[in-house]
Amino acid sequence: MPNMSPKKTPMPHIEDKLRTTTFKEVALGYSEEEAKQEAERCLNCKHRPCVSGCPVGVQIPDFISLIKEGRYIEAYEKITETNTLPAICGRVCPQENQCEKYCVRGIKGESVGIGRLERFAADYYLKHGEFKAPKIEKNNIKVAVIGSGPAGLACAGELAKRGYDVTIFEAFHKPGGVLVYGIPEFRLPKEIVQKEIDALTQMGVKIQTNVVVGKSILIEELFNEYGFSAVFIGTGAGLPSFLNIEGESYNGVYSANEFLTRINLMKAYEFPNVDTPIYVGKKVAVVGGGNVAMDAARSAKRLGADEVYIIYRRSEKEMPARREEVEHAKEEGIIFKVLTNPVRILGDENYWVKGIEVVDMVLGDVDESGRQKPVEVEGSNHVIDVNTVIIAIGQTPNPLIKNTTKGLETNKKGCIVTKDEYGQTSLENVYAGGDAVTGAATVILAMGAGRKAAMAIDKKLKGEKD
Amino acid sequence: MYKILKKKILSDSIKLMEIHAPLVAKKAQAGQFIIFRVDEKGERVPLTIADYDREKGSVTIIFQEVGKSTIKLGQKEEGEYILDFLGPLGNPSHLEGYKKAAVIGGGLGTAISYPQAKTLYNLGCEVHAIAGFRNKDLIILEDELKQISHRCIITTDDGSNGTKGFVTDILKQLIAEGNKYDLVVAIGPLMMMKAVCDITREYGIKTIISMNPIMIDGTGMCGGCRIRVGGETKFACVDGPDFDGHLVDFDDAIKRQAMYKKFEKEALHQCRLEGMKNA
Repeated sequence: MPNMSPKKTPMPHIEDKLRTTTFKEVALGYSEEEAKQEAERCLNCKHRPCVSGCPVGVQIPDFISLIKEGRYIEAYEKITETNTLPAICGRVCPQENQCEKYCVRGIKGESVGIGRLERFAADYYLKHGEFKAPKIEKNNIKVAVIGSGPAGLACAGELAKRGYDVTIFEAFHKPGGVLVYGIPEFRLPKEIVQKEIDALTQMGVKIQTNVVVGKSILIEELFNEYGFSAVFIGTGAGLPSFLNIEGESYNGVYSANEFLTRINLMKAYEFPNVDTPIYVGKKVAVVGGGNVAMDAARSAKRLGADEVYIIYRRSEKEMPARREEVEHAKEEGIIFKVLTNPVRILGDENYWVKGIEVVDMVLGDVDESGRQKPVEVEGSNHVIDVNTVIIAIGQTPNPLIKNTTKGLETNKKGCIVTKDEYGQTSLENVYAGGDAVTGAATVILAMGAGRKAAMAIDKKLKGEKD
Repeated sequence: MYKILKKKILSDSIKLMEIHAPLVAKKAQAGQFIIFRVDEKGERVPLTIADYDREKGSVTIIFQEVGKSTIKLGQKEEGEYILDFLGPLGNPSHLEGYKKAAVIGGGLGTAISYPQAKTLYNLGCEVHAIAGFRNKDLIILEDELKQISHRCIITTDDGSNGTKGFVTDILKQLIAEGNKYDLVVAIGPLMMMKAVCDITREYGIKTIISMNPIMIDGTGMCGGCRIRVGGETKFACVDGPDFDGHLVDFDDAIKRQAMYKKFEKEALHQCRLEGMKNA
């Protein structure tokens, strides 16, 4: 008999008092019992609406059925047929807009906790499964992957499985891309990312850190001097956007990228035991409504801020952040100032932030994004006293490769133009995927794109060989 | 890991190191920079490339021990390794097509103005090198500068080397003597670069300065290095580090530089505590 509870089996969380004082993961994951209980809520619909909502087509009812039967490792293997990084996606996918959005159980009550079950299967495997490096017949064809974020890791994994000699080039000193510099530990433990990377290196993937392709090495040199037969560009969307309002130069104004990189990659919260400092005032304003804004706000709270505001120009309904992140932020005492837009940042005589002037907004007509356009309420300007401002309004692709690669077509936003869904760029044997192509999007889309490009590279190079 | 091939003490707190980093050496050009991290706990610190040897695969850096990471770097010896060394980053200086240039270095900035002077010299430009230091004990690269300039003036704030005055005094003097420069390169403390630009603006001489602000990744990701240039926000790492000195908002940059002063003191204090433990 299916479990007909209208609500998801609750997710166990870390103790409340630890929530805002440590960077430990907040959601602890299901026990076997909880996972089975939640799996029983799945009706195993014939028409599988959930699968159509998954960007990489994970066979959701199948893996959930395996969980019901206690065949957890097999459930994991079922997921990895199409999703290379389930432990990560189970944690960071916006399921409410994907698989769970189409779940039949969601019509009357809450959808099945598909993300939570995916995470359970993956965590179970990481804990109990035995990593068997698949038997791979090497073909000694060299492929370069630029960037070690979700797109790059997925592409490298898929190519390695198919026998290619893969080298990942990473600009930072540590691989993982946004998974290590962007997403905080309390949402995605770095240990999990490391395990995924270890699995790749066990399959023979080489990782070269401290190499900026476009500066240290050019793409044409990868072909001509280093003997690579194909290149995949998965360099993400790393360039932070600013508001271009008065006062953004004041000390105490961060891009979310800088703020989060100092914390996640450089471990600035351990200063002075590590050398990288971070400044967090007692009152912090985070501008933006996406996952990055939530991550920055919750990080600021953990670093000792008393009052943390999310300032977002639309209403909560339009926030692009995952539902769960918004809820977690609220549980942790983040103050939401929605329908509020920054006008300028105010500074003191020492050039430090002392406040942010905002204006109230109302929602007007529907704009090209399909959302109601926010419009200023005249005369509603007021100042919120803060001493740190974090700008989290989005990122655009990094121009380093574009600027140094002749013939690589990009659009006006700086995104690499691809000819098809397999990531073929304007240059032969150069493929691209993830945020570098789409602009800032999701981990799962990047991963899917990396994987698809790997298949296209395989097809192309095999074709060349014959 | 990147091996320290050579270490040389240039003055009390200024050291030179040649680092084995073939990929960086292969591509390095005057005006570009690297980012290093001494050890697992270290900060990512940007340093402008002072010289490079493509055959040896080495890059020379010159640094002043001002913060925890540079002090830790200074304690490393020849044959030892540093953890991370990334580059070359930023854009090379555009130095082609000039006839007569004054290349000015202030203090440690001389280490950065040196490769620019050398590049200009090799391009056939008449180079007047000016370098200023607080006192004679702090002078660096005097011999090197002489070799790649047609005229070289080393000055000290206190006159202890026999020439007294700021670099700006020397520049004014040279212009007054009738030298017609079509380029001035000024690299050093922000106050100095600002003062040079105030003079050259008056004479309408194009002036290139090099910014070295706070940054983390050096590839355009953090935005920490943003400066105001000609009313726009620019990232020193990807748009620079060289900029038209007459367009840079130095006052803004000077104030931004102070952001982590308090932390730097704390880190140094910690560094001394650790130093004492080791002693």
